[in-house]
Amino acid sequence: MTTATDPYHALVNREYSEGFVTDIESETLPPGLDEDVIRVISAKKKEPEFLLNWRLEAFRHWQTMREPRWASVHHAPIDYQALSYYSAPKSDADRPKSLDEVDPELLRTYEKLGIPLREQEMLAGVIGGNVAVDAVFDSVSVATTFKKTLAEKGIIFGSFSEAVQTHPELIEQYLGSVVPVGDNFFAALNSAVFSDGSFCYVPKGVRCPMELSTYFRINQANTGQFERTLLIADEGSYVSYLEGCTAPQRDENQLHAAVVELVALADAEIKYSTVQNWYPGDAEGKGGIYNFVTKRGDCRGDRAKISWTQVETGSAITWKYPSCVLRGNDSIGEFYSVALTNNAQQADTGTKMIHLGRNTSSTIISKGISAGKGHNAYRGLVKVGKGAEGARNYTQCDSLLIGDKCSAHTFPYIEVQNPSASVEHEATTSKISDDQLFYCMQRGLDAEDAVSMIVNGFCKEVFRELPMEFAVEAQKLLGISLEGSVG
Amino acid sequence: MLEIRNLCVETDGKPILKGINLSVKAGEVHAIMGPNGSGKSTLAHVLSGRDGYEVTAGEVLYQGVDLLDRAPEERARDGVFLAFQYPVEIPGVSNVYLLKAALNAVRKQRGEEELDAMDFMAYVREKLKLVEMDESFLSRAVNQGFSGGEKKRNEILQMAVLEPRLAILDETDSGLDIDALRIVAGGVNSLRTPERSMILVTHYQRLLDYIVPDHVHVLANGQIVRSGGRELALELEEKGYSWINQAGAAGGEARP
Repeated sequence: MTTATDPYHALVNREYSEGFVTDIESETLPPGLDEDVIRVISAKKKEPEFLLNWRLEAFRHWQTMREPRWASVHHAPIDYQALSYYSAPKSDADRPKSLDEVDPELLRTYEKLGIPLREQEMLAGVIGGNVAVDAVFDSVSVATTFKKTLAEKGIIFGSFSEAVQTHPELIEQYLGSVVPVGDNFFAALNSAVFSDGSFCYVPKGVRCPMELSTYFRINQANTGQFERTLLIADEGSYVSYLEGCTAPQRDENQLHAAVVELVALADAEIKYSTVQNWYPGDAEGKGGIYNFVTKRGDCRGDRAKISWTQVETGSAITWKYPSCVLRGNDSIGEFYSVALTNNAQQADTGTKMIHLGRNTSSTIISKGISAGKGHNAYRGLVKVGKGAEGARNYTQCDSLLIGDKCSAHTFPYIEVQNPSASVEHEATTSKISDDQLFYCMQRGLDAEDAVSMIVNGFCKEVFRELPMEFAVEAQKLLGISLEGSVG
Repeated sequence: MLEIRNLCVETDGKPILKGINLSVKAGEVHAIMGPNGSGKSTLAHVLSGRDGYEVTAGEVLYQGVDLLDRAPEERARDGVFLAFQYPVEIPGVSNVYLLKAALNAVRKQRGEEELDAMDFMAYVREKLKLVEMDESFLSRAVNQGFSGGEKKRNEILQMAVLEPRLAILDETDSGLDIDALRIVAGGVNSLRTPERSMILVTHYQRLLDYIVPDHVHVLANGQIVRSGGRELALELEEKGYSWINQAGAAGGEARP
């Protein structure tokens, strides 16, 4: 057969391009978790008493809970006592006042990741459209830029630990108000031991002049990463927040159990975009990140709007359901998702839209892509409460299969308690056809580019929700993640 | 340009082409006619490198080099273009994106600079005129929701953009009304040059009223049973394919 081609052959055996390890001395607690460990973490961070008590309450709750078993994912048992719950770059004791004081090794790491902090600071104040990066390296924020520009607008943006010191009243008021300490196993664990994360408060009527951005990065072997993010948009304000992740290559599985809480008051809008590219493990799934994340937004006021956009290409296992509680009347929740699983990756992801207020509306667009032996599940709940007069939901759930060893599953749950609600659900499953591939190749594209182009087309409705610079990154990432998709 | 020698092709163990010989010189337009199931589309697919066929004997030389060993994208970049009988829909991928990616793949092969967005748009606007399409075609998803006529015009647009050396048009006239046929044929005719060769695969004579071929070949049961000039197509139209089948069975020689 002389005309035969193996369209995927060229894609095989590429290595994870973000796989490098930075050598920085770290101050790390020995493995294990008990109340003393939590007291140490809290003390190291000089936290007020209410926060220590809150952590301890979460820990006690967590001890009574069991890992969730309902997700459509499989992994070996996690030994939570074998993890270390605190690690900080040693320079923490003497925190850098500016980028010049930041460990050059760290800056080089960011450069490899394509986060030009130096450039960004130089660009500060030049023109709008800049991105402020609160860089989280392991567990402690080491550099924050653009703070001044934001401060002029009254916007508080920085590391969570810092906000605990400077604005404890906001932390006390809002922390755990969207995701309570006992919400679920991983959220409870996070609440007990969270190391750092980002905090943002946008005051009444303020439109945040730039996209806010945080890059997370795990860099310590055997160190669980427990980020805590709290975003509050006060009445009539607007903020767009970008979260991007890459992780260096590791042999052991790393647990990542983050919690993100969003609060949108009346007439406020929060747009939260994620590109997640944690290390997925090798072709057999060995060594990848376990990404067990709780993300929830509360439309607490009337006409509030929260929009989640996520592109999930990394991690060995993704367990994540960014959700909206539509409490305010006429509030809006949106969820746009691309989840890609290749090789042995598993994803169980989706959203919950909880309609409580009148005339609330939600939109769910989910695009799942499975390649290799990837296992991809959409799990979503649309719940319409008794008082949610006139609630509307539209759900579209599309799956794309590449090859014949992968799987796609859809678990839509719909609970409606109000007869005036309108709930629509559409679902499709398709394969990249040989016809499509041949058509592109007959026009001169190689198989890799053709697959990438077709997949990007499939995801278009989600990508157009991303801020421009993120959309470009997401498309590239999808191409990289599909390398070696079928042998 | 193209030299097909004793080409024998099977699919699923069933012989489809049984010793095709065909020589296409630069600038020539050859029409290949034949009844359904005669192997016309198989020939087009094998030349463009589609999967699912086994070449059991013979060879195909394109510009003096073995064609059949090469991957479809390599053939395409080297100037072999297939206008599909059934153009494929690619949801979410805009026409202009595919065109630009394809053109730049071909240009790279030719050792030319890739065109940037501005130059590309200027280039493609000129090509749109050839097939009487407006710019809105470019932003639509590839062939999605296109009418039959639009799909075929889109194929010719791609051909105009990629400027192939050898264009194979597989049943480009099928499903076209008379206006669309006129536009498509007009586009094809404007692309006839002394360097560019074309193979028109068609069931009906009608297309050849608009695109006048230099040579006509009749394919039946996997063999070229007659070759001739334009008049052969007319004769075929008049007498029908049953005439050929009888003549083929009688071992009719290719006419001069």
